Amino acid sequence: MHIMEGFLPPAHALGWSAVSACFLAAGLRAMARDLRQHPERRMLFGVAAAFAFLLSALKLPSVTGSCSHPTGVGLGALLFGPAAMVPVGFVVLLFQALLLAHGGVTTLGANIFSMAVVGPFVAYGVFRAAAALGMSRSAAVFAAACLGDLATYATTSLQLAWAFPDPVGGMAASLARFAGIFALTQVPIAISEGLLTVLVVNAIARFHGHEQQAAPVFAHRGRERT
Amino acid sequence: MRLKIKARTWLAWIAIVLLTVLPLWLAGGAAFGGADDLAREAIGTIAPGYAPWFSPVFEPASGEIASLLFALQAALGAGVIGYWLGLSVGRERARAAAGKSDAG
Repeated sequence: MHIMEGFLPPAHALGWSAVSACFLAAGLRAMARDLRQHPERRMLFGVAAAFAFLLSALKLPSVTGSCSHPTGVGLGALLFGPAAMVPVGFVVLLFQALLLAHGGVTTLGANIFSMAVVGPFVAYGVFRAAAALGMSRSAAVFAAACLGDLATYATTSLQLAWAFPDPVGGMAASLARFAGIFALTQVPIAISEGLLTVLVVNAIARFHGHEQQAAPVFAHRGRERT
Repeated sequence: MRLKIKARTWLAWIAIVLLTVLPLWLAGGAAFGGADDLAREAIGTIAPGYAPWFSPVFEPASGEIASLLFALQAALGAGVIGYWLGLSVGRERARAAAGKSDAG
């Protein structure tokens, strides 16, 4: 989902950077507040950040014959709230932009918005909705991580379609084209990410009794049998 | 009947492996390039006149160096998760052992 360096017109690059900077500032505050109130959750936060680091480095093959990677930000959104994942996504994307020429400095704002803002917020929203509908914790976590991942790639497609409308078909034709590249490729990868997130949440539920009380994902007392 | 959690964990792992391996077989002859590159090509056909106005500050010297840096990123993440998992299992074992000696 990385929009490559220089591949967004300056006005778009600037606009997305401004929007993402606001979310980043709010996210840093939310993260600092959470860790100040619950210092025992520092390690768990490290795990959530490590999960995003690990998953976004894995470029997996997809049925469309191209490769893409999961984002891993859904887990953290369910443990620490969506805002706390903005700084994590920022660090991951900065690492990739500066050292790997993957994404870029000018497109950092747009990439943060899709991966570190839309992804976590959609994951969090889907989880709350699924929990309210009475789904089990595992099903809700799966839906949240999977749809959050897909939402990231749908956002990238939209961002590119907005910047590069098709000369004939306009933005809609462009969107179909970019979604064909990003969203379609992402489907099996998003399912994998959903399953992996469920496994990690189950491990956290098993091992860490006291640190998890503040986590949104464990506030849900669904029908979960062990 | 509801599957036990351990069986479900195994099923999830099997599904993840299949989801990763099957595309290689299903899309046999495909190039498996990055989706990012495909998007760049698509931009090239939609807006042929567009020239990127900024280039990466640092580019890995080769594909080998790039894969080194990607492996480093994955290793950092996996290392932290592995440390946490090991610590958690150790803690649980110690707790179980302490419980046993209290009872006995």
